[in-house]
Amino acid sequence: MTVAESADLEPLLAAAAEEGEVAFDGLRLERADDEYALETSETDRTGLDEAALRDALEPLEAYVSNWRYWQHEIGGDGTARRAFLRWCERAPIADAERIDHRSLDEPTLDVPERYDALADGIDREWGQLCITTRFVDVERPNGERVYDLWHVDDAGSDLADLEVYDDPRDARALATEDEDGRYRPLKTAPTLRSGWAFTGLSGRGLVDAVEFFYPATVANWHRELRDELDVDHWLETAERQSGIYDVIDELPREAVDWMAEACCVDSQCLRRREWQYEEGDELDVDGGDGPFPCREPCSLVVAAARKWTILESEEERTYELELTTTELNQLSALIDAVAEGRTDEIREADVHDGANRYRARYLRAKRFDDEGGIEATEQNSE
Amino acid sequence: MQALVIAAHGSHLNPDASDPTYAHADTVRETGAFDEVREAFWKEEPHFREVIRTLESDEVFVVPLFISEGYFTEQVIPRELRLEDWDPEKWESDGTDASQVTLEATDVGKTIHYCGPVGTHDAMTDVIVQRAESITEDPEVGEGFGLAVVGHGTERNENSAKAVEYHTERIREQDRFDEVKALFMDEEPEVDDVTDFFETDDIVVVPLFIADGYHTQEDIPEDVGLTEDYRLGWNVPAEVEGHRIWYAGAVGTEGLMADVILERAADAGADLGDAIERVRAATAVGTDEVRRETEPGTGAGD
Ligand code: SF4
Repeated sequence: MTVAESADLEPLLAAAAEEGEVAFDGLRLERADDEYALETSETDRTGLDEAALRDALEPLEAYVSNWRYWQHEIGGDGTARRAFLRWCERAPIADAERIDHRSLDEPTLDVPERYDALADGIDREWGQLCITTRFVDVERPNGERVYDLWHVDDAGSDLADLEVYDDPRDARALATEDEDGRYRPLKTAPTLRSGWAFTGLSGRGLVDAVEFFYPATVANWHRELRDELDVDHWLETAERQSGIYDVIDELPREAVDWMAEACCVDSQCLRRREWQYEEGDELDVDGGDGPFPCREPCSLVVAAARKWTILESEEERTYELELTTTELNQLSALIDAVAEGRTDEIREADVHDGANRYRARYLRAKRFDDEGGIEATEQNSE
Repeated sequence: MQALVIAAHGSHLNPDASDPTYAHADTVRETGAFDEVREAFWKEEPHFREVIRTLESDEVFVVPLFISEGYFTEQVIPRELRLEDWDPEKWESDGTDASQVTLEATDVGKTIHYCGPVGTHDAMTDVIVQRAESITEDPEVGEGFGLAVVGHGTERNENSAKAVEYHTERIREQDRFDEVKALFMDEEPEVDDVTDFFETDDIVVVPLFIADGYHTQEDIPEDVGLTEDYRLGWNVPAEVEGHRIWYAGAVGTEGLMADVILERAADAGADLGDAIERVRAATAVGTDEVRRETEPGTGAGD
């Protein structure tokens, strides 16, 4: 396709006429007194009349259609949506250049490099999502991009083996339950099921779908890129609570570390925890590696914190109970298996595993009383 | 640009709690009246806390998908949305009159039109009546029928009873049903004794709840005597002490609820074109689009 055919040129010339200058993604077109100056990394021409300009733009079709795609199709200057779509194709993001952000670890591509890469598709990972940006028309690229979205585990799958969707709202249902049909109240838990794909989404459709999978992640990532992320640390969030959650600001300092270790590490949540105990008092636990930040304790953590606040307000006591060494070790194995979500994987006959169901039932039969509690005697603390 | 946020409770335990929110949000989306429509939750994501920042629009209409004014609409939602100048006095309401107040969300610098809950809007009366129509599959239902509007009762929030009584009174004034009563789970008059309060053979029972859950799918069916055990399900209608009880499940799942959401936004100044008329037409009983949680003749609990 030539520039003249592409229908992108007229709006570009109109923009140059109106603004006097168009500068975008390495293309600079200036108009003064019916003469044009044209600049890209490979070109530097001045004093062009309109016919000469058309000729000069002929080999620069990519710059022209790129300008049209971003300025006319995507628009939304300064929005998170635009920044995210730019990130998807490794284009430079306005306002983000100054920041050393983990999501920007791959170098950005200039327009000719991007156009080469878009012919094959550019892949990005966002939590458990894999996003491919590609040209609609690979043979004769006119700048028009579309976006495919699937689970990272399906990257090697044939599209024919996946359920294919095109309405971003279908992401809501896909995000509701995990592979085993269990409800996922925390959308960023690393338990997103696989086996589906969205193909040919528009830019807006892609961002909508990503937001249904991982709500507010794009907005907070974009704020972080601009160094504007407003983090609410544990204590602020806890003190703000009312009703039955009013008590959680009494959770001891060290328990907040245990809580973050229980809930917020990468194995449990793909958000990168940026909140701390309070400003200047960091938690010991690593916040995770994801591209999108967690700016304050979520409702699940707040709900669980209430339980732990009540638990931590109890006094510690000493109990005496009879166990063999193997039984004591078995208790650790049981707790570990539940904490790691491993119970489903333990085979029926694997009696070497302390969390094997038969072994757990044996322990219960032997050591538990009629009420189903473990037989233990509280020691007098005098 | 204008955006709509539907603010609902949601659940950590039960995925059905958010179904009506999604359904009504989709109905509104399809009208195209808003540039952006977003669901937001207290117990799910996006949380109230983060929802406004996901919007590009500068004008945001927030409609709480709650039955009554009280703890959530007066404390939790405004606090979590960071509506700094909020004060419940600004609604000038004695429990059922809240309309809207315009505020700034301080973390994002956007204008927020914070609306009263759907449950107390006059249009909610029509939804209750439409619930009776859809459960009986009779757009003319009324004559020979009693209607019981069921609320939770005074636990924590006296306004919840006010909302129930308000709509009961308005339906009574329409003179459409032979009898209309407000009944409660936790206070007198109690829904357990529903048949004592009606002379009519047929009684439609409509719980004024947003989503189906424990109360509407377990408690009320057992209390009313529709079933011994909610897990066995129940018939619609079901025979109870010589009356036929038409039990509807939560009114919030009725398609016409999307209209109440739009009415709230319109009262707050949203520019909706003909969206309200279109939603009414699309959700009327007898059209294909109507969403029904419980089909007559099948047990809702099975
Ligand atoms: S508080 Fe923890 S568990 Fe909740 S979203 Fe943030 S990182 Fe994830």
